[in-house]
Amino acid sequence: MRKNITIKHAVKKYGQNTIIPDLNLKVKEGEFFTLLGPSGCGKTTLLRMIAGFNSIEGGDFYFNETRINDMDPSKRNIGMVFQNYAIFPNMTVRKNVEFGLKNRKLPKDTVRAQAEHFMKLMHVYEYADRLPERLSGGQQQRVALARALAIEPEVLLMDEPLSNLDAKLRVEMRSVIKEIQNKVGITTVYVTHDQEEAMAVSDRIAVMNQGVIQHIGTPKNIYQRPANLFVATFIGRTNVVKAKLEVVEGKSFLHFSCGYKTEINGVRKEMMKNQDVVVSVRPEEYRLTTENVDGIDATVRDCVFLGLNTHYFVTLSTGEEAEIIQESTIDSIIEKGTKIRLTINTEKVNVFNSDGSENILYGVLNDKNEEA
Amino acid sequence: MTKRHKADIWSIVSIILFLLFMVFLIYPLFGIMKQSVIGSDGSFSFSQFKKFFSQKYYTNTISNSIKVTLAVTLCSLLVGIPMSYFYSFYKLKLSKLIFTISILCCMSAPFLGAYSWILLLGRSGVITSFFKNTFGINIGNIYGFGGILLVQTLKFFPLVFIYMNGAFKNIDNSLMEASANMGCTGIKRLFTVVLSLVMPTVLAASLLVFMRAFADFGTPVVIGEGYMTFPVLIYREFVNENGADFGFASAISVIAIIVTALVFLLQKWATRKFSYSINSLHPVEKKEAKGIGGVLMHIYCYAVCIIAFLPQVYIIYLSFRKTNAAGTIFLDGFSLGSYKAAMNRLLMRSMTNTIKLGVLALIIIIAVAIMIAYLTVRRKNLLNDTIDTFSMIPYIMPGVVIGIALLTAFGKKPFKLTGTFTIMLLAVVIRRLPYTIRSATATLAQIPMSIEEASISLGASKFKTLTRITVPMMSNGIMSGAILSWVAILTEVSSAIILYNNKSITMTISAYVAISRGNDGMAAAFAAILTVMTIISLLIFLKVSKSEDIKL
Repeated sequence: MRKNITIKHAVKKYGQNTIIPDLNLKVKEGEFFTLLGPSGCGKTTLLRMIAGFNSIEGGDFYFNETRINDMDPSKRNIGMVFQNYAIFPNMTVRKNVEFGLKNRKLPKDTVRAQAEHFMKLMHVYEYADRLPERLSGGQQQRVALARALAIEPEVLLMDEPLSNLDAKLRVEMRSVIKEIQNKVGITTVYVTHDQEEAMAVSDRIAVMNQGVIQHIGTPKNIYQRPANLFVATFIGRTNVVKAKLEVVEGKSFLHFSCGYKTEINGVRKEMMKNQDVVVSVRPEEYRLTTENVDGIDATVRDCVFLGLNTHYFVTLSTGEEAEIIQESTIDSIIEKGTKIRLTINTEKVNVFNSDGSENILYGVLNDKNEEA
Repeated sequence: MTKRHKADIWSIVSIILFLLFMVFLIYPLFGIMKQSVIGSDGSFSFSQFKKFFSQKYYTNTISNSIKVTLAVTLCSLLVGIPMSYFYSFYKLKLSKLIFTISILCCMSAPFLGAYSWILLLGRSGVITSFFKNTFGINIGNIYGFGGILLVQTLKFFPLVFIYMNGAFKNIDNSLMEASANMGCTGIKRLFTVVLSLVMPTVLAASLLVFMRAFADFGTPVVIGEGYMTFPVLIYREFVNENGADFGFASAISVIAIIVTALVFLLQKWATRKFSYSINSLHPVEKKEAKGIGGVLMHIYCYAVCIIAFLPQVYIIYLSFRKTNAAGTIFLDGFSLGSYKAAMNRLLMRSMTNTIKLGVLALIIIIAVAIMIAYLTVRRKNLLNDTIDTFSMIPYIMPGVVIGIALLTAFGKKPFKLTGTFTIMLLAVVIRRLPYTIRSATATLAQIPMSIEEASISLGASKFKTLTRITVPMMSNGIMSGAILSWVAILTEVSSAIILYNNKSITMTISAYVAISRGNDGMAAAFAAILTVMTIISLLIFLKVSKSEDIKL
């Protein structure tokens, strides 16, 4: 049976050290939900609290209406996939997959049939009677997934399951994981620090920093309208430029310190006032030209041709550095040292208040606010 | 990560283990310390220590012990390091055999080597007589310093050999290539690069040899004669013909513990200070041993092995020789007379006792070691750390001292255990426990916690997780340690010599008794059987462990 997960006012402390001060979260039934953040942000800690391997210092954890705070980990009916696979090295692949089923005291044929079903699903059936030491990392992770799913858990928890694999396998395995999750339709909580991986697999992502959820939303929303500057810089690459917001006759303008001024739409009504702001311009949101148009003065410091795109590293006239991505053209690349002008795609850029804590544009969808 | 645990079955295990250690280790140890500071009139005094330090006869034993032990350590390094270097860097013929023989030598019963060398090089030894009768040359004899040095070096160089093999194997080939690249090869590279890389291991091995040699009782008691060492002194004082002087023996025991404790601390400090980690992706590939150098290397390794293994072979040979009726002189020709004599002299009882002792001790040791390893690795708290520390204490106690401590603690009612099989069992369990605990702890520490968590999240109980997942994963490490313990128990002398009686006599003690009574034939028979038992056990061990990373 599929379950939703509700976390209310969760607190985690190690001694005097508070890791998670007050966290609220709701994972929908059958959803692929990812906890994303830099290392040490508390994402794995939270996952292990759901699993029951970490103590809970405050708050309530629910699977549907059942409070699980004091439930033994072995009774929570969760499937867990670990970073280091945690395959039992002393058992064959089959025994590994059957292990959880046997603990349920199911009849023998059911155990065998169920295990075989999931081994086939994960394409490891051909190795059924091998010992894990003779499997590659990717195969071991498939076994771990088959083992976790075989018990038909209510919730699947994955702790950085791909971080021990090489880059190519990682890409391959993440589509395997996404596909299986779709097929089985199980509520899944996935932990990773790799934002590209998170975008690739998730229905929704919660971006965490220092034990606090910053933004919960779809990959698209988090990338395009990040809730604050941290999310903007953590997801994808971005250039941060200081500017002033100037409101003239109901219209808002971004005024950069080099003198360039451009109109910006979509500033929230309550934010329409003259103030210092921080602008996040993603590399593809700059337009670069050698023509004499109105824009930010800059000098090309270096350029890297990467086929589809060309990356430019430029120094703005204010001394700030910026990275720009342009689709490669057939013409020659702009030489180092060339003076250029930059304009920005005002539809796409994001504008934050001066301390970066809030996006002042319309369009931010942050589920965190509903759940608080 | 700190984790708060609710009181469960493991808390009870902790408390029971703690109490057992208190009763069987701390209480006897405390008894020794107490006795060492009680004067003849029963009041508190340091008179026993004064007596020790004021008489040259006693203090000499300390300097004797230290002198001979330092010499043994140095010689073991000189013999062991080159052998290990040749073994690790060159393809030697019969290298497996070299390795096996080294292990057999260092695991043999302590005094057998000494006894066999006496039969070869002693006053009426075969080689001595041969030189005297054929060439009229008196080559002297080996009693005293020289004898101890020879026997202990041949017994302890394998420790250096095995330790160094591990260190040499860890040297990454790229380091060798890098130094060659910078113009440093051959002998120069050996001294400037290779040896300095393995220096921490050299240090660790020498301290280990020092501790073992210092505490060795069997060798000096048989071959030392007038050259009295410390453990022998303790034993002599304890079984003094003028009545056992418990107080004085206790005082000397305390001094012995202090000396070994100092060496142990020095060892700990040194390993921490000088250790570093090499990540060895490409172990050095063994080269062909070619030319004159290759021949010399082979000769050296074979010669060392033959000399070290000679005593054991010679004893087996002697056990089949004919003897006179009393068994004191070997005659020409062969017979099973010595074995028959041994049969009449408690052979069967010694054998059953030995096996019973080994099996029971092993079961207890393994069970306790697993529990302590689990507690200290997975349930870190003050109580469990204390238990861990307690369990390491016997490591620095010479066997004779453990024997005396147990005897004084359990010599009177209500805990009268003297002369029982139980007290022998206690002694060997206490002696061997630290080694098995170390290997169990090391193995468990390498098992990631997530394996156990995976098992629990799949619905297994904690107990089932322990028995089905954790213990099977630890079994390799524990098994190889256990077989070494088994051999050590077979050949245990120093504590048993104090605790045995006619009922609880073991093979080693029977052999020792025969030697001390001058019954060479019977001694050879006992020793031969013991040697064969040891060899078989070790061959099984080598088969089981497969790896050459042996922690002794």
